[in-house]
Amino acid sequence: MSYKIYEINEEFLDVMPQEIKDLQFKATWGNPKRGVMDLPYSKELIEEHSLCAGCPESMALRYILASLPNPEDTIIVNSTGCTSLVFPHIALHTVHSLFGNQNAVASGIKRVLEWRFPDKVKDVVVLAGDGATVDIGLDCTLQSFFRQEKITTICFDNEVYANTGGQESGLTVKGHVFKMAPKGKQWDKVPMWQLAIDSGCHYVARLTVSSPKRVETVIKKAIYVAREVGPTYVHLYTPCILEIGLNSDDGLDEMRQRDKERFAFFEYVSEPAKEVIERKKEEGLL
Amino acid sequence: MQTSTETVIYNRAGQRVVSPDYLLFEAPRTKHFMTGSEAVKEAVKRASVDASVSYPITPQSEAAHLIGELWVEGYVGVYFRGESEFGVMSEIAGCAMAGARTITTTSGPGTLRAFENFPMWAGTRIPVQLVLMARGVNSPLSIQPDNLEVGFLLDTGCMIWYAENAQDLFDMILAGFVVAEQPDVHVPVITVVDGFFVSHTREAVMLPPDDIALPPYNPYKAPMPVIDAEVPPGRFLRDPFVMKSNYISYATHASWQWEVRSAIERSRPYAKHYLRGLVEEFGDPSAELVFVACGTAAAQSKEAVRLLEEEGIKARVIKLKTIRPFPIEELRQAVKGAKYIFVPEFNVVGWLEREVRRYLYGHSDAEVIGAPRVAGGMTMPAEVIVKEVLKLTGKEVKHVI
Ligand SMILES: Cc1ncc(C[n+]2csc(CCOP(=O)(O)OP(=O)(O)O)c2C)c(N)n1
Ligand code: SF4
Repeated sequence: MSYKIYEINEEFLDVMPQEIKDLQFKATWGNPKRGVMDLPYSKELIEEHSLCAGCPESMALRYILASLPNPEDTIIVNSTGCTSLVFPHIALHTVHSLFGNQNAVASGIKRVLEWRFPDKVKDVVVLAGDGATVDIGLDCTLQSFFRQEKITTICFDNEVYANTGGQESGLTVKGHVFKMAPKGKQWDKVPMWQLAIDSGCHYVARLTVSSPKRVETVIKKAIYVAREVGPTYVHLYTPCILEIGLNSDDGLDEMRQRDKERFAFFEYVSEPAKEVIERKKEEGLL
Repeated sequence: MQTSTETVIYNRAGQRVVSPDYLLFEAPRTKHFMTGSEAVKEAVKRASVDASVSYPITPQSEAAHLIGELWVEGYVGVYFRGESEFGVMSEIAGCAMAGARTITTTSGPGTLRAFENFPMWAGTRIPVQLVLMARGVNSPLSIQPDNLEVGFLLDTGCMIWYAENAQDLFDMILAGFVVAEQPDVHVPVITVVDGFFVSHTREAVMLPPDDIALPPYNPYKAPMPVIDAEVPPGRFLRDPFVMKSNYISYATHASWQWEVRSAIERSRPYAKHYLRGLVEEFGDPSAELVFVACGTAAAQSKEAVRLLEEEGIKARVIKLKTIRPFPIEELRQAVKGAKYIFVPEFNVVGWLEREVRRYLYGHSDAEVIGAPRVAGGMTMPAEVIVKEVLKLTGKEVKHVI
């Protein structure tokens, strides 16, 4: 483990923009109790990231990054899509290899790290869009669950292929007209959270990112359970305000509305996961 | 003689760590009778391998099973079956990015299913080794020998080596890790062998003892940071400026592609040393009739040289051991004085003929003949090669085919 995850060359310090410097100097490493309450004083994602202004994916990413219990020893594996655009703008170990193979790459990383560092905790977190997780990458996603890989998979469900310009995905709501579904989507939204449970995940949650504190708790639970028990899955609604035609300040309202219907908070906890979560609560880490 | 100040180092499997030169060239060898698949196992056993992921496809399955046995015996650190070749090559990438010496095997259609991963491997500069036991690709369905798929792999940014027989395969797998992991090389190596002809036939293989092994992989020597959160910086694929659309991003992407190709070029001196040259010559050095071949086509060409001798025709073989890097200078030198260059191949497109023509253009007056060429599982009897030559020289064909 190294706290020097992100170090600006000293000779460049005077020419670096302040927010890049903040990534290094306002990072909150080494404190498992860190969380979203640190956000006003810390820096997780620079303002000049490449997502659309107001995109809830950036909010989600901030909350998640602030909540990782062990960021200095966490590897994030991501996939092609809008999600991948933010990774160059954070200060964490990340891997982007291809589109849809994120859970397979993560499986390889996790197994080798467990073998190389048997006495250390190294968390591997997968973070990708709905197209990557549930369409092109579904095989790799589910198979990593079947194999009981000790990784946390987070899906940013914006119900569309956003990065390629608004095509219908497996998670688009039935009937919705998007590009490549000119007559409207023909079948129901894939219930990925249920597939995750049936495929062997030990902790599964579905929610929007309208409540930062709730995102923090869910992410921490998912990571602690993955660390000790087996695969965990978090399904977050991060609406693509661009493709559904909302203003940049409308994302939060959109999520609050969906909180009451198709993204109503839902949580599944297996028996072994319950034990871990109880213990972490007693330790004051949840 | 060992002195008291020398320390003996053992790898995780308890084997004595020796230098690659000692393992490949100096250690005493004994003769064993085995298949190509078993030769893979013997090489992996002596290679201090950290991780392997497998998926069944004929004819490589047995080699993958045997690597699994090595895992049970403690010679390999991580081993499991992935969900598909696409999954496996991605898992393999993860293993290598996390700092493991990693190997996997596949064949024919599996290669194509996995394809997107190969340029990604090269682009991330991971020194993964893929042992490719070449086989026909669909459709129609075939499990027969053929090496068409190698034609697709040539320009993925991976090194491509070609073994003629089980002995070559054994030595190449060990040399493959050593060369691929040189800090100034550090790109994947695909070690090709003709499936079935080598994987499933038994032959004598000279093996060094199995209680010695290559020095373990040191991921901290890699030119790209290893993804283990131990050393900064941990960021791996540096997309920021490559992902933008501006002149700098274009230049960065372009220079990275050149860099991967340059890394392959930089492998030449190492490959030359550990493979004892990038080409092997056989037959009468003064012969004007030359076969340029790789793999079992080279073996068959050697047979043809013997048969042609009986016909009173002098011939020789230039066997190419590496296809990427291509032994350009070696080939140009070796064909000096050649009048006819035959390129016998086990595939329908004649990818090797294309390569040979490309690199000899303007450097040789010899006539290049892309024949004989067999595909779809057909064997290439030496007599077929001889017949091709006799046809050209206008001689009577004595051998009945
Ligand atoms: C093999 C492959 N197919 C298609 C693409 C094109 N592609 C890039 S991003 C993307 C959509 C990503 O959608 P999603 O995973 O839902 O993430 P989002 O952009 O919506 O955040 C696609 C199809 C690709 N990069 N690779
Ligand atoms: S296209 Fe949609 S998902 Fe992508 S950054 Fe913009 S708002 Fe976010």
